[in-house]
Amino acid sequence: MNSATPTTAVAKAGVTIALAGSGGSGVMTAGTLLLAAAAKAGAYGLMVRTSGPQIRGGEAAALVRLAGSPVETLGDGFDLLLAIDWSNTHRFADEVPLGAGSVIVGDPDEGEPPEVFLATGARYVPLTMKKTAKALKGSWVNMVALGFAGALAGLPQQALEDAVRDDWKRGDEALAANLAALAAGYAAERGVTPPIAVPQLAHVALHTPRWSITGNEAAGFGAIRGGVRYVAAYPITPATELLEWMAPALAKVGGTLLQAEDELASINMIVGGSFGGVPSLTATAGPGLALMAEGIGLAVASETPVVVVDVMRGGPSTGIPAKSEQSDLSFAVSGLHGDAPRLVVAPTSISDCATTTQWAVYLAEALQAPAIVLSDQFLGQSRAIIDPPADSGLRAKRLTAAANNPDYKRYRNTESGISPMAIPGTPGVTYTADGLEHTEAAVPSSNSKDHRLQLDKRERKLALFDYGDAWADIDGDGDAAVITFGSTSAAVREAVARARADGHKLRLIAMRLLAPLQSDKLAKALEGVRHVMVIEQNHGAQFWRYLRGNFDLPSKPVSYHRPGPLPLRPGELHQAITEWRKAA
Amino acid sequence: MNPQQLKTLDEFMAQAYAMELDAEQRYTDLADAMETHNNREVAELFRKMAAIEGRHAVQIMEEMGWKEPPAHVAAPAFEGYESAESVPIDDVHYLMRPWHALQLALVAEQRAARFFSELAMSAQAEPIRKAAVEMRDEELEHVELVKEWMTRVPQPEKDWAIDPDPPRYDQ
Amino acid sequence: MNDVAIAPAAACTPASFKSAVKPVWCPGCGDYSVLSAITKALAIIGRPPHEVGVVSGIGCSSRIPAYTSCYGFHGVHGRALAAATGLKLARPDLTVLVTGGDGDGYSIGGNHFMHACRRNVDLTYIVMDNHVYGMTKGQPSPTTEPDWDSKLQPGGTQVRVFHPLVVALAAGANFVARAFAGDPNGTAAIIAQAIRHPGFSFVEVLSPCITFRPEQKEWKSVVRPSPVAATDDPARAARLVMTDDGMNIGVLFAGNRPQYPLNQGKAAMGVADLEAEFRI
Repeated sequence: MNSATPTTAVAKAGVTIALAGSGGSGVMTAGTLLLAAAAKAGAYGLMVRTSGPQIRGGEAAALVRLAGSPVETLGDGFDLLLAIDWSNTHRFADEVPLGAGSVIVGDPDEGEPPEVFLATGARYVPLTMKKTAKALKGSWVNMVALGFAGALAGLPQQALEDAVRDDWKRGDEALAANLAALAAGYAAERGVTPPIAVPQLAHVALHTPRWSITGNEAAGFGAIRGGVRYVAAYPITPATELLEWMAPALAKVGGTLLQAEDELASINMIVGGSFGGVPSLTATAGPGLALMAEGIGLAVASETPVVVVDVMRGGPSTGIPAKSEQSDLSFAVSGLHGDAPRLVVAPTSISDCATTTQWAVYLAEALQAPAIVLSDQFLGQSRAIIDPPADSGLRAKRLTAAANNPDYKRYRNTESGISPMAIPGTPGVTYTADGLEHTEAAVPSSNSKDHRLQLDKRERKLALFDYGDAWADIDGDGDAAVITFGSTSAAVREAVARARADGHKLRLIAMRLLAPLQSDKLAKALEGVRHVMVIEQNHGAQFWRYLRGNFDLPSKPVSYHRPGPLPLRPGELHQAITEWRKAA
Repeated sequence: MNPQQLKTLDEFMAQAYAMELDAEQRYTDLADAMETHNNREVAELFRKMAAIEGRHAVQIMEEMGWKEPPAHVAAPAFEGYESAESVPIDDVHYLMRPWHALQLALVAEQRAARFFSELAMSAQAEPIRKAAVEMRDEELEHVELVKEWMTRVPQPEKDWAIDPDPPRYDQ
Repeated sequence: MNDVAIAPAAACTPASFKSAVKPVWCPGCGDYSVLSAITKALAIIGRPPHEVGVVSGIGCSSRIPAYTSCYGFHGVHGRALAAATGLKLARPDLTVLVTGGDGDGYSIGGNHFMHACRRNVDLTYIVMDNHVYGMTKGQPSPTTEPDWDSKLQPGGTQVRVFHPLVVALAAGANFVARAFAGDPNGTAAIIAQAIRHPGFSFVEVLSPCITFRPEQKEWKSVVRPSPVAATDDPARAARLVMTDDGMNIGVLFAGNRPQYPLNQGKAAMGVADLEAEFRI
C-alpha cells in the first residue's frame, strides 16, 4: 500500500478489490454482485469498470471499494488483485496499484502473474478457479472469484448468495451449481494459510434505505425529476448508458426519447422541442459537444432553455473514449462563437449527478438559457451504493407569456433580463424565435442599440440570478484553500482530510456552478485566504486558468493538474498539498 | 375554367372575387417589395392599384349581398398559371420606373378584360353571361384609367436598369 | 381546380396568416408567391396561426417564419428539419411546417433531409428551389446544373445534380410533390394536400431567383402539369421519378406508410415510481 498511509480511520475506511480477466470470464458481473452483496450487508461501495478496446472478449477488470461509509474514490491502492486469467492484464497495472500489504490471487493453471504486479512485493496466493468451476457442472468461474473476494472483504456468505439469487436469470439447476461455486470460493479464502490480513468490513446492519446507481443513471433520473420530458440524442461513449436508461424511463412518465442521426440533429431537435414548451435534454461527450456548439449558441441567442450533459472523457478529438478526464471545461465555459453567456455546472459525485442535473434543468428553464452539465466517465460509468439523493424540490418552471397581449415583446428588456416566453398554442402572442440578433419584439436587427441591449440582457439575466448556496461545497478554515470541481472532489476531500489530520488548516471549495462564475461568493469564501491550490484532471490546467482569468485569486495560486486516464488519488494529492504547505 | 362547370352565378362571382383578391395581394406584395428596396414612387403606384382591386372586390361582395367573403375559392388560371388579373411576380425590377409599373398594370387589366370577354362569349347561363359582360366592362374601364395615367408619367430613361453597384450581401 | 376538401366556413383567411413584416426578398423573387401560397394553404387547413409552427434554417427563403403570424423558429443553417422534428415530437398537437432553400436543405441539410424522410414524422417540408445560393451572392447549390459558371466554381461544379424527389422517395417520404411559384394557387392546393397527408410530406417548389438566375424566367414556359396522376405505389413512383426532367408539376406520390408514432402524452407512472429500480 501507499507509504504515506496514515493511521486515522478516515483513510483506512474500506477494502479495495480488483477482479480481472479476459472476455467471457465475467469479472464485471462478479464486481457488480460483490457491490450488491456489500449493500445487502449494510455497507457502501463504489465499482469502476475498466476494459480493453474490444467489443467482446477483451481484457477487463472490476475495481471495487467497499466501506462502512459512502465511498466516492478508489483510494490509493488495492488490497486484492484477483485475476481469473492474466491475458493482457498488465495493461491495468497503472490502474491497480499494489504494495507489500496487498494480495495477488491467480489461477495456477493460467500461469504466473505478470512481473509488473509481483514486483510490488504483494503476496501471491494461488486459487484453482477454472477447474473448480468445471467440476461443478453448469457453474461459472467468476462465482468462485466472487466467493473468494467476498470472504476476503468480510462479507457474510448469505449476502453474497442473496446477491446472486436476486440477479439470477438462468434457471434453478444452474443457480444451484453457481451457488456451489460461490461457496467453494468462499471456503477457499477461509482456508488460506496464513490467513490474509486485509481490512475487513465491519458488519453493519442495513437500517437506512440505499440505492445502487451509476452517475449516468443518476443524471438521467435527476433530469426527469427536474421535469425533462423530451430527449433527442446520439450514442457516444461514455454517455450512451444515460440515454439508454432514460429511454424507457421517459416513456413511463409520458416523455419521449428520439435517437437522432447525429449530434447536430440532437441539439437542434431539443432546441425545437424546448421552443415548443417542453423541458428538453441531450447527453454527449467531448466530440459531440464540439459538434453541438452552434446549436447551443442558437439556444443562447433565441433564449431557449436546454440541458446538455457532457460526460467528459480523454481528449482532444477522439482521445480516450473510455477513460475519464476533466478537459472539456474550457470549451464548456467559453467554446461558443460570439459573446454567448451560458450555464455550466459540474456534479461532484455520483449522487450529486442526480441533484446537480435536476438543478441544471431548473436553472435552464428559469433563465431560458442552455446549461451544460460537466459529468465525466468516472462518475458516469461507475456504480455506487448511495443514500437516496434528496429531492431539492426544484422543478422546471419557465416564465411564460399570457395570451392575447397586444403589447407582447418576446425579448423585452426587463430588469431581471428574463422576458416571458410565449409557448406555441398560446393565442395572440405569436413570435419568431431567432438566432439572428433581434429587437425586443423579435424582429431581426443589425442595429447597434438592439445588439447592445440584447447582449446586456442575456448576460444580466444570468448575472443577477440568485443561485443560492449550491454554487459550491465549502468547508474548513485557514489561510490556505484548495479549489476543485467535478469528480476530483472526492479524492481532494480525502487528501484534505489527511492533511488536516496532519495539522494543516485548510479550506476546501468544491465548485458546482462554474459559469457564470460567482465572483462575489468566491471572494467571500476566500476571505482571509492567502494561498490557493487548484486541483484538476487535465493537461492544460484549464480550471486554474479560468479562475485566474476571471477572478483575482490571492497571489501566485498554485496548480496541481494531471490529465487522464488515471484518476487523481488521495495519496498523491495529500503529498502535493503537504509539499505546497511546506513551501508556503 | 370551363364555363359549363360553373353552375351558379354565386360560383362565378366567387371566382371573380378571388381574382380581385389575388390581384390586390399581388399589387400589395409588389408595393411592399418596392418599398423595401427604396423605390418609393413605384411602391405608391402599386399600392394605388392594390386599393383599386380591393375596392373592386368589396364591390362584388356588396353586389352579391354576401355577409362574409366566400372561403377558399381559387381564381382560375388564365393564359398561364396565374389568375387573370395578377401581374406576374417576376415581371418587376427593383429599379423599375412608374411607367413600367403602369405598363404591367395595363397588361394585367387587358388580360382580365380578355378573360371575362371569353367567358361572356362562351357562357351558357344568362346570369353568368351578363355578369361576365359587366366584369369585362369594368376591366375595360380600368384599362382606360391606366392608359390615361400613363400619359401623365414620364417615359423611362434608356439606362434605367443600370446599377453601378453589384448585388449587395443581404444580412 | 381545387381537389382539396374545403375546411369548414368561419376559418381563417390567408391574410390572417401574414404578419406585418415586409419581406426583404428582391422584387420578382418567387418566394413572394410561395409565401402567399402557404397562407392560402393554411387558411384551407383552418387551424389558427397560434397552433401552427413554421421552422426554417438560413437563406432567403428561410426568412419566411417571421413573415407569417404563426409561431416561427428561425434556426441555424441546415438544421430546420431537426428543430422541426423536435418541435413536433414534443408538441404533437401543433401543425408544423418546415421551410428553406435548396442549399439549406440539400447541402448542409442533406443528412437531416434523408433521415427526416425515413423517420416519417408528420411534418410538411417546403423547399423553395432556385438552383443557387442567393443569400451569399450566387454560388452553385446541389441542384445547380453542372456547367453553370460562377465565381466560386468557374466552369461549373462538374457534379451531377441532386435529385430531391428521387432521394425523398427512396428514403421513405410519405408524400412527394413538385410545385411552381409561378402557379401560386396550384402551389397552395398542393401544400394544403401535403399538410393533410400524414407523415413526412415533401413539396419542392421551383421558385426562380430573379437576381442570380434571371434565366429562370423561362421556367414558366417550360413547366407542365404532370402527365400522370399521383400514385400511392412507391415502385411506380420510383419509375416515374427516374425519368422526371425536373419540370413536372403536381403530386408524384401520396403513400400509405404509417407515420412516426407520436407521443399521446400518457404517463404510465410517476417519477417517484422510477426510484424502485435503484432501491436495494
